[in-house]
Amino acid sequence: MIWELLGAHAPALLLAIPMLGAFATPLLGRIGRTPRNLWILVITALTFVTSVVLAAEVYTTGPVIYTFGAMDPALALAGDSGGIPVRIIFNVDAMSAFMAVFASFVGMIAAVFSLPSGKMESGRDGYFALLLLLLVGILGMVCTGDLFNFFVFLEINSLAGAALVAYRIDKGVAVEAGMKYAFLSTLAGLLVLFAVGLLYGQYDSLNIAVIAGRMQFGFLDKVALALLLTGLAMKAGAVPMHFWTPDTYSMAPSAITAFLVVASQASLYGVFRVAFSLYGLTLNYVTVGWFIIILGVLSMFVGVSMAIPQKDVKRLMAYHAVSQTGYMLLGVGVGLAVLGDPAMMESFGLTAMEGGIFHIVNHAMYKGLLFLTAGAIFYQTGTRNLNKLGGLGHSMKWTMLFFVIGALAIAGIPPFNGFASKLMIYESVFAFNPALSIIAMVVSILTLASFVKVFHAIFMGPKQERYAEVKEVPAPMLAAMAILALLTVLMGIFPQQIVDIVISPAAGALVDQGSYIASVMGGL
Amino acid sequence: MFADLPFIAAAILIIIGIATIVTQHHLIKMVMGLAVVEAGVNLLLVATGYREGGVAPIFTNAPSTEMVMPTVQAMTLTNIVIGIATTALLLSFVMIIYRKYGSADVRDMRRLKG
Repeated sequence: MIWELLGAHAPALLLAIPMLGAFATPLLGRIGRTPRNLWILVITALTFVTSVVLAAEVYTTGPVIYTFGAMDPALALAGDSGGIPVRIIFNVDAMSAFMAVFASFVGMIAAVFSLPSGKMESGRDGYFALLLLLLVGILGMVCTGDLFNFFVFLEINSLAGAALVAYRIDKGVAVEAGMKYAFLSTLAGLLVLFAVGLLYGQYDSLNIAVIAGRMQFGFLDKVALALLLTGLAMKAGAVPMHFWTPDTYSMAPSAITAFLVVASQASLYGVFRVAFSLYGLTLNYVTVGWFIIILGVLSMFVGVSMAIPQKDVKRLMAYHAVSQTGYMLLGVGVGLAVLGDPAMMESFGLTAMEGGIFHIVNHAMYKGLLFLTAGAIFYQTGTRNLNKLGGLGHSMKWTMLFFVIGALAIAGIPPFNGFASKLMIYESVFAFNPALSIIAMVVSILTLASFVKVFHAIFMGPKQERYAEVKEVPAPMLAAMAILALLTVLMGIFPQQIVDIVISPAAGALVDQGSYIASVMGGL
Repeated sequence: MFADLPFIAAAILIIIGIATIVTQHHLIKMVMGLAVVEAGVNLLLVATGYREGGVAPIFTNAPSTEMVMPTVQAMTLTNIVIGIATTALLLSFVMIIYRKYGSADVRDMRRLKG
């Protein structure tokens, strides 16, 4: 009974559960810390289970359509609608389901990691409520099939994210970072809304599938495309709109930073959804593909070269996050550039896209792990300055192990997951343009160099007196890191299975614009 | 010409707003610039749905079926609500920054570097 209900209404419950959780958290916080923590665990776990149920449905039987307020949610075109989808529709295809699963997973890990961290801090109820709202924003963005709905969830994502970045208000710098993030997100959101207005004015609909079906690619559509790509790339933190990432990622609490990476990737998902599903073959895919490739290469290179001189460990990792975003843009950009050529698509385009999409989830795992280890170090020592840290390898052995796993994965060393996706990107991009592939490899080497430096600065050296009291972090924090580390290793050992089962359907769903339109309009 | 007037006004509002954000140094003025951009976007939305001679989109007692588009009005309303939330959040950030830094000028905000 409960499973049937869960299966039938999974897309709605996916948002309803964390939203209920968010609004009930402050109430439960009144009762005490333990019930509230249990509640958070139950809610995030339930959200994760719902997303897995939804993904299983999508991967076995095809895209799931959920029409809000309809007699039969699976029916996009109700009898009285005259063949036009008038309601808010969730259109969950393989790509959306994939994003939803790992977003809710990282949300769960972030919640677990946050349970013990900063016991002295006040305002934890609000913190958890905002964390769940951020999860709602991300899940809504990746599941919706409606452009205006996408904008609304983008704003939920931005507001919750900005408030969380500014969580440590005591010194003012966190608020400065939160201010930057909120400002930029609002501007990006307004650009997106402007584009939505332009598209609605022409095609009389907000549904992505309907607009895609009617797309003419006139002048206003080009303006809308430019606005959408700029706004979403800004939120995703691609160079040259990356200036907010180091401030935001370094000032937010570490668990939030790991989760903000996923929030940025939801915007990246928006870029891909707009390019492939909304515009598809009607747009000048070579030009737009190259635009995304250039954004990607710039992000890779600028990110890594800015990371090398950093002294603050989280700031350094934030620049690496910019650099890793470049790999995803590169892989999917190559796929977009050869979209119109079936032969090239067959030989390397699809592999490049799979590599890019695989890198999204890998990045969420190892970058999340790295930010959590940085958080663990900050939790014990109270500093993030590399020049002050040192010799922690003696007292924080597990954290050191997890850091090494994360660092090797981000540098693309086998057998960790970063290697698996990077190899796919190198090989396929080499077939497209060897120079791009070489840049990508050089960036990986620079990444390794910079993490060797960090490792040496934090963990090596003699035991320092001021850190004599430092011991290992509490068990929930270790557990959160251990799960991510385990996944980092497992996904590196069995990449082919994961690509076959999860990633290829996601890449296929992005490329196949026809079936995306048909999934909503097909009943006609 | 007159039919395009709302769109031109929307464009001018957005340009004024972005110019304010770029040129002003006071945080509250920058937030005001953002609000002006938002007003421009709202004006564009409402203007898109306007129909010559249309009445309010309420079916009961409508003299004719010529109505303005209700969807864009709903979108505008949603955006106004979201805008209030963002403005409130930004202004509270400005308040905290002013209390901690003793200034609300962006040129004094150079603590995050590198």
